Amino acid sequence: MSGSAEETKKHVDIYMKVAGALAVLTVLTVLASYLDVAVPLAIIIAVIIATAKGSLVVSYFMHLVDERSRTLIFTLALTVVFWIVLMLVPFLTISDTYGVHKPLPNADAAHAEDEAH
Amino acid sequence: MEIPYTVAARPDTGLNNVKLGIWLFLASEVMLFGGLFSTYVILRIGGVDWPLGAEYLNIPIGAFNTAVLIGSSVTMVMCFASLKLGDFAKYRMYMGATILLALTFLAVKGFEYYEKVSHDHLPSHSTFLAIYWTMTALHGLHIVGGVIVNGYFWGPGSRMWHVKREMFENRVEAAGLYWHFVDLVWIFLFPVLYLL
Repeated sequence: MSGSAEETKKHVDIYMKVAGALAVLTVLTVLASYLDVAVPLAIIIAVIIATAKGSLVVSYFMHLVDERSRTLIFTLALTVVFWIVLMLVPFLTISDTYGVHKPLPNADAAHAEDEAH
Repeated sequence: MEIPYTVAARPDTGLNNVKLGIWLFLASEVMLFGGLFSTYVILRIGGVDWPLGAEYLNIPIGAFNTAVLIGSSVTMVMCFASLKLGDFAKYRMYMGATILLALTFLAVKGFEYYEKVSHDHLPSHSTFLAIYWTMTALHGLHIVGGVIVNGYFWGPGSRMWHVKREMFENRVEAAGLYWHFVDLVWIFLFPVLYLL
Protein backbone atom coordinates (compact mmCIF):
# COMPACT_ATOMS: atom_id res chain seq x y z
CA MET A 1 0.00 0.00 0.00
CA SER A 2 1.33 3.43 -0.86
CA GLY A 3 -0.01 6.90 -1.53
CA SER A 4 -1.71 9.82 0.15
CA ALA A 5 -3.65 10.04 3.39
CA GLU A 6 -6.88 10.05 1.36
CA GLU A 7 -5.89 6.80 -0.30
CA THR A 8 -4.96 5.24 3.04
CA LYS A 9 -8.37 6.20 4.46
CA LYS A 10 -10.04 4.50 1.50
CA HIS A 11 -7.95 1.42 2.25
CA VAL A 12 -9.08 1.49 5.87
CA ASP A 13 -12.73 1.41 4.70
CA ILE A 14 -11.90 -1.63 2.58
CA TYR A 15 -10.16 -3.33 5.54
CA MET A 16 -13.31 -2.93 7.63
CA LYS A 17 -15.48 -4.43 4.89
CA VAL A 18 -13.05 -7.33 4.48
CA ALA A 19 -13.06 -7.87 8.27
CA GLY A 20 -16.87 -8.06 8.18
CA ALA A 21 -16.80 -10.51 5.27
CA LEU A 22 -14.26 -12.70 7.11
CA ALA A 23 -16.46 -12.73 10.23
CA VAL A 24 -19.51 -13.77 8.17
CA LEU A 25 -17.52 -16.47 6.35
CA THR A 26 -16.19 -17.83 9.66
CA VAL A 27 -19.75 -18.20 10.96
CA LEU A 28 -20.70 -19.85 7.65
CA THR A 29 -17.78 -22.30 7.99
CA VAL A 30 -19.04 -23.45 11.37
CA LEU A 31 -22.71 -23.59 10.28
CA ALA A 32 -21.81 -25.57 7.14
CA SER A 33 -20.07 -28.18 9.29
CA TYR A 34 -23.45 -29.00 10.90
CA LEU A 35 -25.05 -29.73 7.50
CA ASP A 36 -25.95 -33.38 7.12
CA VAL A 37 -24.01 -34.04 3.94
CA ALA A 38 -21.54 -36.71 2.81
CA VAL A 39 -17.89 -36.19 3.79
CA PRO A 40 -16.63 -35.40 0.23
CA LEU A 41 -19.27 -32.65 -0.16
CA ALA A 42 -18.50 -31.34 3.34
CA ILE A 43 -14.81 -31.14 2.38
CA ILE A 44 -15.64 -29.26 -0.84
CA ILE A 45 -17.85 -26.74 1.02
CA ALA A 46 -15.22 -26.18 3.73
CA VAL A 47 -12.41 -25.75 1.19
CA ILE A 48 -14.47 -23.29 -0.91
CA ILE A 49 -15.25 -21.11 2.13
CA ALA A 50 -11.63 -21.30 3.39
CA THR A 51 -10.36 -20.37 -0.09
CA ALA A 52 -12.72 -17.37 -0.20
CA LYS A 53 -11.45 -16.22 3.21
CA GLY A 54 -7.83 -16.82 2.22
CA SER A 55 -8.28 -14.87 -1.02
CA LEU A 56 -9.64 -11.88 0.91
CA VAL A 57 -6.67 -11.93 3.31
CA VAL A 58 -4.09 -12.28 0.53
CA SER A 59 -5.74 -9.72 -1.79
CA TYR A 60 -6.53 -6.94 0.67
CA PHE A 61 -4.61 -7.41 3.94
CA MET A 62 -1.46 -8.49 2.08
CA HIS A 63 -2.13 -5.88 -0.65
CA LEU A 64 -1.61 -8.33 -3.49
CA VAL A 65 -4.53 -6.74 -5.35
CA ASP A 66 -2.43 -3.55 -5.75
CA GLU A 67 0.82 -5.33 -6.52
CA ARG A 68 2.36 -4.55 -9.91
CA SER A 69 5.85 -6.09 -9.58
CA ARG A 70 6.28 -8.72 -12.27
CA THR A 71 9.04 -10.38 -10.26
CA LEU A 72 6.70 -10.89 -7.34
CA ILE A 73 3.76 -12.04 -9.45
CA PHE A 74 5.99 -14.54 -11.30
CA THR A 75 7.49 -15.82 -8.03
CA LEU A 76 4.07 -16.33 -6.47
CA ALA A 77 2.66 -17.94 -9.62
CA LEU A 78 5.58 -20.40 -9.56
CA THR A 79 4.89 -21.09 -5.87
CA VAL A 80 1.25 -21.83 -6.67
CA VAL A 81 2.27 -24.27 -9.45
CA PHE A 82 4.59 -26.19 -7.11
CA TRP A 83 1.98 -26.09 -4.35
CA ILE A 84 -0.55 -27.71 -6.70
CA VAL A 85 2.02 -30.42 -7.56
CA LEU A 86 2.52 -30.98 -3.83
CA MET A 87 -1.23 -31.34 -3.32
CA LEU A 88 -1.45 -33.89 -6.15
CA VAL A 89 1.26 -36.13 -4.63
CA PRO A 90 -1.24 -37.99 -2.37
CA PHE A 91 -3.18 -39.12 -5.44
CA LEU A 92 -0.02 -40.64 -6.94
CA THR A 93 0.33 -42.85 -3.86
CA ILE A 94 -2.99 -44.55 -4.67
CA SER A 95 -2.68 -44.47 -8.48
CA ASP A 96 -2.04 -48.26 -8.57
CA THR A 97 -5.48 -48.89 -7.05
CA TYR A 98 -7.56 -46.77 -9.47
CA GLY A 99 -10.43 -48.84 -10.85
CA VAL A 100 -9.73 -51.68 -8.43
CA HIS A 101 -12.51 -52.59 -5.99
CA LYS A 102 -10.79 -52.61 -2.64
CA PRO A 103 -13.23 -53.15 0.24
CA LEU A 104 -12.33 -51.86 3.67
CA PRO A 105 -10.86 -54.55 5.97
CA ASN A 106 -14.03 -54.78 8.09
CA ALA A 107 -16.53 -53.95 5.31
CA ASP A 108 -18.37 -57.31 5.56
CA ALA A 109 -18.12 -57.60 9.33
CA ALA A 110 -21.90 -57.38 9.83
CA HIS A 111 -22.50 -60.06 7.19
CA ALA A 112 -19.91 -62.36 8.81
CA GLU A 113 -21.64 -61.87 12.17
CA ASP A 114 -25.00 -62.92 10.65
CA GLU A 115 -23.46 -66.09 9.24
CA ALA A 116 -21.99 -66.96 12.65
CA HIS A 117 -25.50 -66.84 14.15
CA MET B 1 28.06 0.48 4.69
CA GLU B 2 24.38 0.99 3.94
CA ILE B 3 22.35 -1.90 2.62
CA PRO B 4 20.84 -0.78 -0.69
CA TYR B 5 17.15 -0.77 -1.61
CA THR B 6 15.74 -1.17 1.90
CA VAL B 7 13.37 1.73 1.19
CA ALA B 8 13.39 2.50 -2.53
CA ALA B 9 12.31 -0.14 -5.02
CA ARG B 10 15.01 -1.92 -7.01
CA PRO B 11 14.64 -1.01 -10.68
CA ASP B 12 14.86 -4.63 -11.83
CA THR B 13 12.41 -6.22 -9.36
CA GLY B 14 10.11 -3.26 -8.81
CA LEU B 15 10.21 -3.98 -5.06
CA ASN B 16 12.39 -2.96 -2.15
CA ASN B 17 14.52 -5.78 -0.76
CA VAL B 18 12.52 -6.00 2.47
CA LYS B 19 9.34 -6.83 0.60
CA LEU B 20 11.00 -9.21 -1.86
CA GLY B 21 12.77 -10.97 1.02
CA ILE B 22 9.62 -11.51 3.10
CA TRP B 23 7.63 -12.72 0.08
CA LEU B 24 10.36 -15.25 -0.81
CA PHE B 25 10.32 -16.43 2.81
CA LEU B 26 6.52 -16.75 2.69
CA ALA B 27 6.79 -18.73 -0.57
CA SER B 28 9.02 -21.22 1.27
CA GLU B 29 6.50 -21.29 4.12
CA VAL B 30 3.72 -22.13 1.65
CA MET B 31 5.73 -25.20 0.63
CA LEU B 32 6.42 -26.14 4.28
CA PHE B 33 2.75 -26.07 5.27
CA GLY B 34 1.77 -27.43 1.84
CA GLY B 35 3.89 -30.51 2.58
CA LEU B 36 2.03 -31.02 5.83
CA PHE B 37 -1.40 -30.55 4.23
CA SER B 38 -0.35 -33.04 1.56
CA THR B 39 0.71 -35.47 4.30
CA TYR B 40 -2.68 -34.99 5.96
CA VAL B 41 -4.44 -35.95 2.71
CA ILE B 42 -2.23 -39.07 2.33
CA LEU B 43 -2.94 -40.14 5.91
CA ARG B 44 -6.65 -39.42 5.62
CA ILE B 45 -7.31 -41.24 2.33
CA GLY B 46 -5.07 -44.11 3.45
CA GLY B 47 -6.64 -44.46 6.89
CA VAL B 48 -9.22 -47.21 7.42
CA ASP B 49 -10.87 -45.29 10.22
CA TRP B 50 -10.67 -41.50 10.53
CA PRO B 51 -12.45 -39.67 13.34
CA LEU B 52 -14.46 -36.49 12.90
CA GLY B 53 -12.50 -33.58 14.35
CA ALA B 54 -15.36 -32.89 16.78
CA GLU B 55 -14.76 -36.28 18.45
CA TYR B 56 -11.49 -34.95 19.86
CA LEU B 57 -11.66 -31.19 19.42
CA ASN B 58 -13.94 -28.44 20.66
CA ILE B 59 -15.47 -26.58 17.69
CA PRO B 60 -16.62 -23.43 19.59
CA ILE B 61 -13.10 -23.03 21.02
CA GLY B 62 -11.56 -23.47 17.57
CA ALA B 63 -14.04 -20.98 16.07
CA PHE B 64 -13.26 -18.51 18.87
CA ASN B 65 -9.55 -18.79 18.12
CA THR B 66 -10.27 -18.26 14.41
CA ALA B 67 -12.11 -15.04 15.25
CA VAL B 68 -9.24 -13.97 17.53
CA LEU B 69 -6.66 -14.51 14.80
CA ILE B 70 -8.74 -12.74 12.14
CA GLY B 71 -9.18 -9.87 14.62
CA SER B 72 -5.41 -9.73 15.04
CA SER B 73 -4.98 -9.53 11.27
CA VAL B 74 -7.34 -6.54 11.22
CA THR B 75 -5.42 -4.77 14.00
CA MET B 76 -2.14 -5.58 12.22
CA VAL B 77 -3.30 -4.02 8.98
CA MET B 78 -4.50 -1.00 10.98
CA CYS B 79 -0.96 -0.68 12.43
CA PHE B 80 0.39 -0.12 8.95
CA ALA B 81 -2.44 2.22 7.98
CA SER B 82 -1.82 4.27 11.17
CA LEU B 83 1.85 4.64 10.26
CA LYS B 84 0.89 5.73 6.75
CA LEU B 85 -1.39 8.35 8.33
CA GLY B 86 1.47 9.46 10.58
CA ASP B 87 -0.34 8.50 13.79
CA PHE B 88 2.31 6.81 15.93
CA ALA B 89 0.11 6.60 19.06
CA LYS B 90 -2.55 4.68 17.15
CA TYR B 91 0.13 2.44 15.66
CA ARG B 92 1.29 1.51 19.17
CA MET B 93 -2.30 0.87 20.25
CA TYR B 94 -3.05 -1.41 17.30
CA MET B 95 0.27 -3.24 17.58
CA GLY B 96 -0.39 -3.77 21.31
CA ALA B 97 -3.85 -5.15 20.44
CA THR B 98 -2.30 -7.48 17.85
CA ILE B 99 0.13 -8.84 20.43
CA LEU B 100 -2.64 -9.26 23.03
CA LEU B 101 -4.84 -11.12 20.55
CA ALA B 102 -1.91 -13.37 19.62
CA LEU B 103 -1.31 -14.13 23.31
CA THR B 104 -5.03 -14.86 23.70
CA PHE B 105 -4.79 -17.34 20.83
CA LEU B 106 -1.79 -19.02 22.47
CA ALA B 107 -3.52 -19.16 25.86
CA VAL B 108 -6.61 -20.82 24.34
CA LYS B 109 -4.39 -23.23 22.39
CA GLY B 110 -2.49 -23.97 25.61
CA PHE B 111 -5.81 -24.77 27.32
CA GLU B 112 -6.72 -27.10 24.44
CA TYR B 113 -3.33 -28.84 24.66
CA TYR B 114 -3.76 -29.23 28.44
CA GLU B 115 -7.13 -30.89 27.84
CA LYS B 116 -5.59 -33.23 25.26
CA VAL B 117 -2.70 -34.20 27.54
CA SER B 118 -4.99 -34.77 30.53
CA HIS B 119 -7.13 -37.15 28.45
CA ASP B 120 -3.99 -38.89 27.17
CA HIS B 121 -4.77 -37.67 23.66
CA LEU B 122 -1.13 -37.45 22.71
CA PRO B 123 0.35 -37.77 19.18
CA SER B 124 0.98 -41.47 19.84
CA HIS B 125 -2.76 -42.02 20.48
CA SER B 126 -3.83 -41.96 16.81
CA THR B 127 -2.78 -40.79 13.36
CA PHE B 128 -5.37 -37.99 13.54
CA LEU B 129 -3.93 -36.67 16.79
CA ALA B 130 -0.37 -37.03 15.46
CA ILE B 131 -1.11 -34.76 12.48
CA TYR B 132 -3.23 -32.44 14.70
CA TRP B 133 -0.35 -31.93 17.14
CA THR B 134 2.24 -31.54 14.38
CA MET B 135 0.31 -28.95 12.36
CA THR B 136 -1.08 -26.90 15.23
CA ALA B 137 2.22 -26.91 17.14
CA LEU B 138 4.15 -25.75 14.07
CA HIS B 139 1.53 -23.07 13.54
CA GLY B 140 1.76 -22.14 17.23
CA LEU B 141 5.53 -21.73 16.91
CA HIS B 142 4.90 -19.32 14.05
CA ILE B 143 2.57 -17.35 16.34
CA VAL B 144 5.28 -17.23 19.01
CA GLY B 145 7.76 -15.96 16.38
CA GLY B 146 5.25 -13.31 15.30
CA VAL B 147 4.70 -12.17 18.90
CA ILE B 148 8.48 -11.75 19.38
CA VAL B 149 8.87 -9.71 16.17
CA ASN B 150 5.73 -7.63 16.79
CA GLY B 151 6.78 -7.12 20.42
CA TYR B 152 10.11 -5.75 19.21
CA PHE B 153 8.38 -3.34 16.81
CA TRP B 154 5.95 -2.29 19.54
CA GLY B 155 8.78 -1.68 22.04
CA PRO B 156 12.46 -0.98 21.38
CA GLY B 157 12.25 -1.29 17.59
CA SER B 158 9.66 1.47 17.36
CA ARG B 159 12.34 4.08 18.06
CA MET B 160 13.24 3.85 14.39
CA TRP B 161 9.98 5.69 13.58
CA HIS B 162 11.53 8.91 14.88
CA VAL B 163 14.73 8.46 12.87
CA LYS B 164 14.00 6.53 9.68
CA ARG B 165 10.27 6.69 9.17
CA GLU B 166 9.99 5.00 5.78
CA MET B 167 12.33 2.18 6.74
CA PHE B 168 10.23 1.54 9.84
CA GLU B 169 7.02 1.48 7.78
CA ASN B 170 8.60 -1.11 5.48
CA ARG B 171 9.61 -3.27 8.42
CA VAL B 172 6.12 -3.14 9.90
CA GLU B 173 4.67 -3.98 6.48
CA ALA B 174 6.95 -7.04 6.28
CA ALA B 175 5.95 -8.11 9.81
CA GLY B 176 2.32 -7.63 8.75
CA LEU B 177 2.72 -9.80 5.66
CA TYR B 178 4.13 -12.57 7.87
CA TRP B 179 1.30 -12.16 10.37
CA HIS B 180 -1.40 -12.35 7.69
CA PHE B 181 0.23 -15.50 6.38
CA VAL B 182 0.02 -17.07 9.84
CA ASP B 183 -3.68 -16.11 9.89
CA LEU B 184 -4.10 -17.60 6.41
CA VAL B 185 -2.67 -20.95 7.52
CA TRP B 186 -5.11 -21.09 10.44
CA ILE B 187 -8.02 -20.27 8.10
CA PHE B 188 -7.29 -23.62 6.40
CA LEU B 189 -6.23 -25.54 9.52
CA PHE B 190 -9.46 -24.84 11.39
CA PRO B 191 -11.91 -26.51 8.98
CA VAL B 192 -9.50 -29.30 8.05
CA LEU B 193 -8.79 -30.39 11.62
CA TYR B 194 -11.88 -29.32 13.58
CA LEU B 195 -14.80 -29.59 11.18
CA LEU B 196 -14.13 -32.45 8.77
